[in-house]
Amino acid sequence: MAKSDTPLLDELEKGKWPSFVKDMKQAAQKNPMARDLIQQLELSYKDKIGHWKHGGIVGVKGYGAGVIGRYSDRPDLFPNVQAFHTMRVNHPTGWFYRTDTLRKLCDIWDKHGSGLTNMHGSTGDAILLGTTTNHLQACFDDLSSAGFDLGGSGSALRTPSACVGPARCEWACIDSLDICYDITMTYQDQIHRPMFPYKFKIKVSACANDCVSSIARSDLSIIGTWKDDIQINPQEVFAYASRINIQKEVCDLCPTHCMEWNGRDLKIYNEDCTRCMHCINLMPKALRPGKEKGATILVGGKAPIVKGALLSWVIVPFMKLEPPYGELKSLIERIQDWWDENGKSRERLGELITRLGMRVFLKAVGLQAVPQMVKAPRTNPYVFFWPEDIKKEVK
Amino acid sequence: MAKTDIGPPDYKTMLPPVIQRNYGKWLYHEILKPGVLMHISQSGEALYSIRAGSPRLVSTDHIREICDIAEKYCDGFLRFTSRHNIEFLLDDKNRIEPLIEELKNRGYPVGGTGHSISNIVHTQGWVHCHTPATDASGPVKALMDEIYDYFVTATLPAHVRIALACCLNMCGAVHCSDIAILGIHRTVPKVDNARVPNVCEIPSTVASCPTGAIRGDMKNKSVAVNEEKCMYCGNCYTVCPAMPIADPDNDGISIWVGGKVSNARSAPMFSKLAIPFLPNNPPRWPEVVHAVKNIIEVYATHARKHERIGEWINRVGWERFFSLTGIPFTDQHIDDFDLATETFRTSAQFKWR
Repeated sequence: MAKSDTPLLDELEKGKWPSFVKDMKQAAQKNPMARDLIQQLELSYKDKIGHWKHGGIVGVKGYGAGVIGRYSDRPDLFPNVQAFHTMRVNHPTGWFYRTDTLRKLCDIWDKHGSGLTNMHGSTGDAILLGTTTNHLQACFDDLSSAGFDLGGSGSALRTPSACVGPARCEWACIDSLDICYDITMTYQDQIHRPMFPYKFKIKVSACANDCVSSIARSDLSIIGTWKDDIQINPQEVFAYASRINIQKEVCDLCPTHCMEWNGRDLKIYNEDCTRCMHCINLMPKALRPGKEKGATILVGGKAPIVKGALLSWVIVPFMKLEPPYGELKSLIERIQDWWDENGKSRERLGELITRLGMRVFLKAVGLQAVPQMVKAPRTNPYVFFWPEDIKKEVK
Repeated sequence: MAKTDIGPPDYKTMLPPVIQRNYGKWLYHEILKPGVLMHISQSGEALYSIRAGSPRLVSTDHIREICDIAEKYCDGFLRFTSRHNIEFLLDDKNRIEPLIEELKNRGYPVGGTGHSISNIVHTQGWVHCHTPATDASGPVKALMDEIYDYFVTATLPAHVRIALACCLNMCGAVHCSDIAILGIHRTVPKVDNARVPNVCEIPSTVASCPTGAIRGDMKNKSVAVNEEKCMYCGNCYTVCPAMPIADPDNDGISIWVGGKVSNARSAPMFSKLAIPFLPNNPPRWPEVVHAVKNIIEVYATHARKHERIGEWINRVGWERFFSLTGIPFTDQHIDDFDLATETFRTSAQFKWR
């Protein structure tokens, strides 16, 4: 048997979990780019460093986003990946696919690229991994003809994403899919033509379980919630008692201790409930979110670069969200205008609010301060007042 | 000329008929067994979702195989999850077992539901990124092989969400994961004064630094890096290929624990540093695999039912976490960035171990 030229990567074909090396080898059988990619990766495994450089802006006509330029730093060894750019393809909201749609995507990518993909990237796009500069426009043209479009990159609105929502989930308090799709279609220009100080992410979760990590990972987080009482089906609560320990697993773990169980009936003190979803998660057949549904809007979430990671902060405790989502979109635009006006290059919204103050932000976008916005009021006495609140000296 | 700004395909055209009929009408769900969800609608109709693992880096032929399976059992309807799993969507109960059988025969793990370890959210690594401090797909594959059983069962106290980012730019925003695996550089970019004048634009290179650590070096028509200000993000290398940051001897992996994104019970939390540095040891990263598996096993043994890793640690204390896991505590664990003092202990209340 011939000696393998990828002995290190071959080790990752072993084991029970599906192997990405098998997929790379599968693509390499019919594609020279994939063949060089696997050889370059083997070299990285040997050298313990990556062999890619960025450099150079590449793209398609009319867009400033959606394509990430990538070049090998060893084109002498791997000429077929000398240029190996990524295309980000905006996924169908909720990552739902018909197979004929997926097959079209595969055919286009076999025609123009390496035959390797990420299903999906972290922000949500379908990632087409690696093509040459002269294939970018032709690939985009074919994608567009087949009904696809590119997602965001750079200092643009990034591809918004949403949880599965009312398509499959009984906990959905808002139509996360429709909101996400509507925002995506409304803001095509912001997605494709970077115009902001830095990236801007929007993620929509239809309940507080936050299946798309909206609070952790987006500048503008939309979380479904409700205002009235949890809906209880007493017979079903009682039925759960034979399967789970309601006192221990439900009541004792309730963060506000707003429920009592007497072995027969569950009493919920709804005024103390903070709608965390724990009891509903455990007894979905017995408990449901209330009927007066809407969303909590938070802003500022981001990963560490530059000034440290932030979780989003509540700015609107409750907003009704129904098409055409005018109130939401007006708020998004007021926020982006203020950020665009005041933000420095590479300054995310959360960092700008930290620098200039939540008080200044709220006034600029026209929101009233309410206790729901904070864990506690300030502890320091460095309090600023607006000039109009201060009595002028009488002359 | 191709049409621009058409947006993604409309999701409504991608939904299976059973979802179109019951959109927004779901009443409750049950996990029938690991990897099998049953959602029941007000109409009485059922939707079954069969969840299977994926390496995320997939070939077009692999996607076509997934399509073949979906056409055979699900009339051609499927979805992907936010953690890169594949979900086959069907309304015929009788097709569940044959589908699972076929998935198993083809090597797809079925699971990732309930109190399991779902797929690891991860980034590009050496496969396709220009600033990675480690590979992404490789450590993920090595680790998932080792903790495979936690994917196909649901025996843990609660969900364990693992994520990997190959540098601190965190394309995979791992900072709120039960266990985060984060590639780190530990040395500043090496400026090649011979190449900088030819391949780099000095002003844009200076401007690329988030911490202002780069200044022009007029004498050499190059740039200089302030070692005290640099935090090794690699953004300068993005605009100036003549200042590579990769360092095979000093790049590696850090491990973070106790984050969560859900609001259930406790508020969302950041992951906190557990292990400051482990070496890159391809192809199977044994030190990383061992360290993560140890944390999972200690957690599985000591946490109460429904407690996420962060909730367990908050109950027993970080002193207990370090003593139970045997992980050494170092001065790297003590924060020295903005607001560091908020993490210092301000009471005489603590445990001895």
